[in-house]
Amino acid sequence: MSTITPEIVAEHGLNEEEYARILNALGREPNINELGIFSVMWSEHCSYKSSRRHLATLPTEAPWVICGPGENAGVIDIGDGQTAIFKMESHNHPSYIEPYQGAATGVGGILRDVFTMGARPVANLNALRFGSPDHPKTRHLLSGVVAGIGGYGNCVGIATVAGQTDFDPAYDGNILVNAMTVGTADADKVFYSAAAGMGNPVVYVGSKTGRDGIHGATMASAEFDDDSEEKRPTVQVGDPFTEKLLIEACLELMAGDSIVAIQDMGAAGLTSSSVEMASKGEVGIELNLDEVPQREENMTPYEMMLSESQERMLMVLEPGREEEAHAIFRKWDLDFAVIGKVTDTNHLTLLHGGEVVGDIPIGPLVDDAPNYDRPHDVKPAAIAAERPDVPAPTELGATLHQMMGSPNLSSRRWIWEQYDHQVMGDTVVLPGGDAGVVRVHGTDKALASVTDCTPRYCYADPVEGGKQAVAETYRNISAVGATPLAITNCLNFGNPEKPEIMGQFVGCIQGMGEACKALNYPVVSGNVSLYNETNGIAILPTPVIGGVGLMQDYKKLVRIALQNDGDSIYILGDTGGHLYQSIYAKVIQDIHVGPAPRVDLAQEKAHSAFVRGQIEDGTLTACHDVADGGTLVALAEMAMAGGKGITLDHEGDHGFWFGEDQGRYILVTSNGAALEAAASEANLSLTKLGRVGGDSLLGQSIDGLKQANEDWMPGYMAAV
Amino acid sequence: MKSAVIVFPGSNCDRDVAVALEKIAGNRPHMVWHGETDLPEVDLVVLPGGFSFGDYLRSGAMAGRSPIMKEVITRAHKGKPTLGICNGFQVLTETGLLPGALMRNAGLNFVCRDVTLKVEHANSAFTNAYTNGDEIRIPVAHHDGNYFADDDTLKALEDNAQVAFRYKDNPNGSQNDIAGIYNESRSVLGLMPHPERAIGAELGSTDGIKMFESLMASL
Repeated sequence: MSTITPEIVAEHGLNEEEYARILNALGREPNINELGIFSVMWSEHCSYKSSRRHLATLPTEAPWVICGPGENAGVIDIGDGQTAIFKMESHNHPSYIEPYQGAATGVGGILRDVFTMGARPVANLNALRFGSPDHPKTRHLLSGVVAGIGGYGNCVGIATVAGQTDFDPAYDGNILVNAMTVGTADADKVFYSAAAGMGNPVVYVGSKTGRDGIHGATMASAEFDDDSEEKRPTVQVGDPFTEKLLIEACLELMAGDSIVAIQDMGAAGLTSSSVEMASKGEVGIELNLDEVPQREENMTPYEMMLSESQERMLMVLEPGREEEAHAIFRKWDLDFAVIGKVTDTNHLTLLHGGEVVGDIPIGPLVDDAPNYDRPHDVKPAAIAAERPDVPAPTELGATLHQMMGSPNLSSRRWIWEQYDHQVMGDTVVLPGGDAGVVRVHGTDKALASVTDCTPRYCYADPVEGGKQAVAETYRNISAVGATPLAITNCLNFGNPEKPEIMGQFVGCIQGMGEACKALNYPVVSGNVSLYNETNGIAILPTPVIGGVGLMQDYKKLVRIALQNDGDSIYILGDTGGHLYQSIYAKVIQDIHVGPAPRVDLAQEKAHSAFVRGQIEDGTLTACHDVADGGTLVALAEMAMAGGKGITLDHEGDHGFWFGEDQGRYILVTSNGAALEAAASEANLSLTKLGRVGGDSLLGQSIDGLKQANEDWMPGYMAAV
Repeated sequence: MKSAVIVFPGSNCDRDVAVALEKIAGNRPHMVWHGETDLPEVDLVVLPGGFSFGDYLRSGAMAGRSPIMKEVITRAHKGKPTLGICNGFQVLTETGLLPGALMRNAGLNFVCRDVTLKVEHANSAFTNAYTNGDEIRIPVAHHDGNYFADDDTLKALEDNAQVAFRYKDNPNGSQNDIAGIYNESRSVLGLMPHPERAIGAELGSTDGIKMFESLMASL
């Protein structure tokens, strides 16, 4: 065995103090295999060492939560003995280095997190952040990421139904690729990862293990510098066809009762899967690495334990059921190997060539993982003491036209047309709406899901920004008529060793927690991605929220498209005219200072309940929440989607039309009197804005607005 | 009408077309695994959409050589109605049951969108509920839908009225805007668009229903 030098320790991303903990845990010096295992298990990516204590403050419970954070994905009850299972995860670092494979394997990984729990995946979503459109790498990264997400999701046959894509120079050196999967399972067919039963076989299924992705988790736990592209060999390569077979084979096996526990091999592959299964079950696991299906010759124990080859799962079977399980995997042409057994030693024991090549007590490996309380400085970002007034535009209509064609408000059709958003035949709200809506197959129920975050608000004010990200998804789900139930999150930040970055993190968590609690909208799963910095420049704080809600009857849902000429258009909620941090201030006036809009959580709750009630009663013909760009942009989106104009009869200044005050919805109805009466009874602020009709809005033809909105991205991507 | 849907490894629209067949024809199709060699006695064989064998070779190339295909081809030659949708169309061209080939989309990207099709020739068991010249909205979702055939083949397809559907706004560069073609006897139809995704207003279109109604009435 090689001797462990300080250089080797440092190469594994472990500091001196952490290495001392290892010596203490083992009572001896580790060998190289053991050191590798500690290094990945204690990486930021796997151990959440900077974030754990803060994540613990988030609300995770509600009567409908079946399984909160800690398993592969969160599980919620959706009635009738059915569950929704979902999670979001980042694949930021690999996607920057190799956009197609990085994004593709991000989709593959999150799919496995969901189907490993027994769910059939029914919807994919994503949240993408790229640098400035002017940055020389942006086109290449955008086209590669989109092709990778499509290439994987389309082949596997899961509809990609919603997403978010933004551009900002803060992501020039660190793009964000966050992928979310929602699945459904019967409540009595949810599978967990706790290994149990002394002597039970530990079985490996899926693809063979190669040398790809070794130390991917460690890479994802460090900053980038100019040499980062040399890390390309740590990016895994996806095989969506094998994933599709793996889904079908696992679900076929899960229909029976031979599985004790199952866990996908994600980051840190065989290491994290076996350690987590043993840890959750409070047992030991012995692996005979000679039995691991290998793609390459002469693989060492170190390589096998740290490989992040894709499309692999680990399971513990009931004794004597190996042959039955093997037959299913044989049918699907997938590898199947008994590679070990459950033991009562509480150790992870590795055998190779007849020798013990690793022996680590599980307890210390998991429980003694570092848990840092990093210094943090929670305060709104330095905002210029002098706040310039945000001036009015010279002409409202022309300004709207300009905004609709700007990079961050333009149509994402170029992106989502590369994703199969209809496969499985249950997508009832396509991309471009407030939330993606997918029927629960064979029922009238439907799941609404969405991803959202407004990083510029989080940067200006982490607490309000964290609240806003949660509230925005709550609104999106409510706007189609679904009841928001729970969230997953993907928390993307810079280097947590810097107090201002850690302050952003802690502030956003605080805001998220307040919102989740007030809205009864708990966190059931999530992921943290830190060290999104290149050469010391951090991304904007980007805590992406993935929300899921339930509709009892999809036939009642409402979309954003205007339906009937003559319908009355209202705005629910007061407009104070908050222009700081708005798209208008940034894009039209180049003003980037000032506070984020405030979120009134009690009002969010009341507005959502009102909107859902009106949709349930059939009063609304269209609905849209007011978000980026403010009221006029929301109206334009509704007009474009319906191909109908709007006649405004409300007078307002630019603060009214472009302000980004929170908690507001545009409601459209054929029965204005009924809506007004209901709002009055609920004591809510409802303001009539105008009527559906004609073919223009503020003198801008809807066709012209649509052209500006649709043309930006294809034009950008086609330009050389 | 009794039907069979062939399931290849990587098929992913098998369930969708089964749902459509059951909804409209009223009985559940046989789902037949590609590795089988026996095909049940049915009135219609369907090759569904998806990415059979990952389409890692040419799209449909591996599936065209699956064990079950020997029987599918034999029955098709005897005139048994055979429908290939998307990847199924690619499989049909790979087996030679239909002429030509589906190449990478001219725009190089995968494209998923509703397209308007013109019903060119509605004189088949698959299409007789439509009328020549009808314009229908059906989604496409493919990477390799760019229909190509040599000039003689194209001429023969046109002369023999074998073009079933044409795109109004060609999404993939197909020659003659071809979206779907019949074999000479009109017992085999291959098309890139997905009629099984257009069977309800809630999905965005009901224009695919008539294809299943045609089959129901004819078979």
